[in-house]
Amino acid sequence: MAVNILGYMERTSPIHKLSGITKLIVFLIWSSVAMLTYDTRVLLVLLIASLVIFQLSKIQLKDISFVLIIILAFLALNNVAIYLFSPQEGVQIYGSSHVIWDGIGRYNLTWEQLFYQMNITLKYFVVIPAALLFILTTHPSEFAASLNKVGISYKIGIAVSLALRYIPDIQRDFRTIAQVQQTRGIDLSKNEKLTKRLKNVISIMVPLIFSSLDRIEVISNAMELRSFGKHKQRTWYSARPLLKADVFTLMISLVLFIAAMVITFHDGTRFYNPF
Amino acid sequence: MRQPIIEFNHFTFKYYSQTDPTLKNIDVTIYQGEKVLILGPSGSGKSTLVHCLNGLVPFSYKGDIEGELFIKGNDTRNLDIFTISRMVGTVLQDTDGQFIGLNVGEDIAFSLENEKVPQHVMKESVQRVAELVEIERHIDHSIHELSGGQKQRVSVGGVMVNEEVEILLFDEPLANLDPATGQYAMELIDRIHQETNNTIMMIEHRLEDALHIDFDRVIVLDEGEVVFNGAPKQLLASHVLNQVHIREPLYLKALKYSGCEIEPDMGLEHIDTLNIAEDCQLQLKQWYTKSMERGEEEAFTPLLEVNNLNFRYQQDPILQNISFSIQQGEMVSIVGKNGAGKSTLSKLICGFEIMNSGQIFLEGEDITNQTIFERANHIGFVLQNPNHMISKHMIYDEVALGLVNRGYSQKEIEERVWETLKVCGLYQFRNWPISALSYGQKKRVTIASILVLEPNIIILDEPTAGQDFRHYTEMMEFLRQLNDNGTTILFITHDMHLMLEYTSRSIVLADGRLIADESAVDVITNDEIVDKANLKRTSLFDIAVKVGISDPKQFVHHFISYDRKVRARWQ
Repeated sequence: MAVNILGYMERTSPIHKLSGITKLIVFLIWSSVAMLTYDTRVLLVLLIASLVIFQLSKIQLKDISFVLIIILAFLALNNVAIYLFSPQEGVQIYGSSHVIWDGIGRYNLTWEQLFYQMNITLKYFVVIPAALLFILTTHPSEFAASLNKVGISYKIGIAVSLALRYIPDIQRDFRTIAQVQQTRGIDLSKNEKLTKRLKNVISIMVPLIFSSLDRIEVISNAMELRSFGKHKQRTWYSARPLLKADVFTLMISLVLFIAAMVITFHDGTRFYNPF
Repeated sequence: MRQPIIEFNHFTFKYYSQTDPTLKNIDVTIYQGEKVLILGPSGSGKSTLVHCLNGLVPFSYKGDIEGELFIKGNDTRNLDIFTISRMVGTVLQDTDGQFIGLNVGEDIAFSLENEKVPQHVMKESVQRVAELVEIERHIDHSIHELSGGQKQRVSVGGVMVNEEVEILLFDEPLANLDPATGQYAMELIDRIHQETNNTIMMIEHRLEDALHIDFDRVIVLDEGEVVFNGAPKQLLASHVLNQVHIREPLYLKALKYSGCEIEPDMGLEHIDTLNIAEDCQLQLKQWYTKSMERGEEEAFTPLLEVNNLNFRYQQDPILQNISFSIQQGEMVSIVGKNGAGKSTLSKLICGFEIMNSGQIFLEGEDITNQTIFERANHIGFVLQNPNHMISKHMIYDEVALGLVNRGYSQKEIEERVWETLKVCGLYQFRNWPISALSYGQKKRVTIASILVLEPNIIILDEPTAGQDFRHYTEMMEFLRQLNDNGTTILFITHDMHLMLEYTSRSIVLADGRLIADESAVDVITNDEIVDKANLKRTSLFDIAVKVGISDPKQFVHHFISYDRKVRARWQ
């Protein structure tokens, strides 16, 4: 049985009904705002909005728990690394230093640093649901058609859509291979030491890569035999015209984008300074 | 006057990566509207022949061509793959791998999209073709939801949607289908032929199943050369099939064993048309009584017991109330429809999936709560595709992997690996890289890597899939040998004769329930079970009935043991 970890999930929701290109543009706008701004107020608004949209999409938390845990682990690692390499970053940015706890050398803990790292974490939380939603609610072929519509070569569009499409297949292969390798004592669970686990992952990746290469050969032959790449243009069976809801969504996100940029930059800095 | 549509003139092809030509001096003409079956053992060049016709050779797979190949009067060297693919449509063997669209309509439309056909025209064409291949009720369904047979119809549709296609190539269309679905697929192909009068070329080594419909011609390839080119009845009456190790229809084999004179005009193509002369009927009966022997019943002890197993995926029940037991030293097959839950059952036994309720006992011990790793000490599982299991470069390392991870000493590992390699006939390759092995040998490596852990029972998923009759025989004789040495074997199969020939007992699943657990012969001769589980009755039974043998089941038994003795000489 395949556990869908990251791939298109068929549901009936307003988010699913939007055209692929709308979702792509909104996602791009969304992530550029999140990347540009360090303004806590903007980030908080985006966070709440993304949680609401997530609710609307009818994607459940348990559908994505696996990916979420991995991302959160990286986020934690990232935070630790920031502190280790640059414990005074916040002080530099906000130009003041409110010490909570005195450490060794430059390793003290300041409110400024905490606030800065909280902003970084917020940025993650703003982008993650948007990225996941985009992948989980966009029908891969429709996505390819959308990319083509904004002028990107259909070959790239199909490549991306095939990649999205194969995610569940490859996950299924991964699971089967992992299970069979477990019978031979290759354990990926917590019972094993981390170094050993990493080594064990390789034993699963090798068969996975080879079987994926086989898959690529079959699919590229199948595509070629059905005239793929013959013309510079192609038509799309599943293309959908932009609906009112799409135009509406696009306009709202454009307005939000401008508002966010104004709020962020009106005082000449990307940072909101409460100190 | 018949119009030639495909002409090979002294055609020779050699891949750049190989030293010898794969196709040698092929001289074959195929006429418009013919139905041609292509046979040959693995490595005989039949896939290459198909690639030459659809343009993958030489456009994707490069090599040297001598001689000429004309398609509709055009020399293929002057064409490109797109022009060829407008005339020749190919249905590839791998039913899962060839889908590009996510839902049925979209996949059928793929070549139209590439031809820049406007959306509304496309929708109409897709509808028309979907009706032709009888998939119109599933046009908006996702490909994943379809059964094996439906998937195949979608891929046929995807090829047929291009109206200019005049030649249809089928690469082993029966490979992944259960017997009843396979029969249906053949009938569909026949109907498409009648409606369109396209030329049909089909590779298939399940000859008896392919001959369910009439072919105009059969071409047999061996080692790159055409060794037969003529009517099916001529082929069946000759010795060619035996020489190239292709399984003859079983009813025919029985006649040949009994010493009957085989004439082309006996209606050889099908058991229903078969016309057996009186003296021949007598000979068959004599052959049967002369060497009749009863298989002895042995007393067994239960090794594996499954009690009331239930499994749901999300809300759907996949398996319900499954109970059976496997005795020490048995060889048992699991058969049933595509998607009946056969693979899921074996995964549950190995602990890959967690069942919702029920118990599994091994030698009386409850293993229901054991992990995959713990169960693996007693139960081995071999996947269908060896490439899914192999993770090392060298054969030795691959086989040793399970032992290394269990912490055995270097010396003990070496002893056990060598011992296992000897049993598996791989000892001479022990220092080879795995990539140098053939498909069947790789499969053996994966079996060796499980066997080295000394499990009490091995479960195999389709052990003979993708192998020709000779390799099939080798693989199965090897498993039988393991079985004789005490390993209990359980395998999943779609091959009815495999089940008859090698397993004393069959577990039959249909729609998530166990509908029979009895001797393979009893299963295959029980019309109700055959119907429910999409199986097919063996023609051996039919021929026995036809000539009036009083115990047809016993006749089937007799044939199997006789046939195996004959084939044992191949090795």
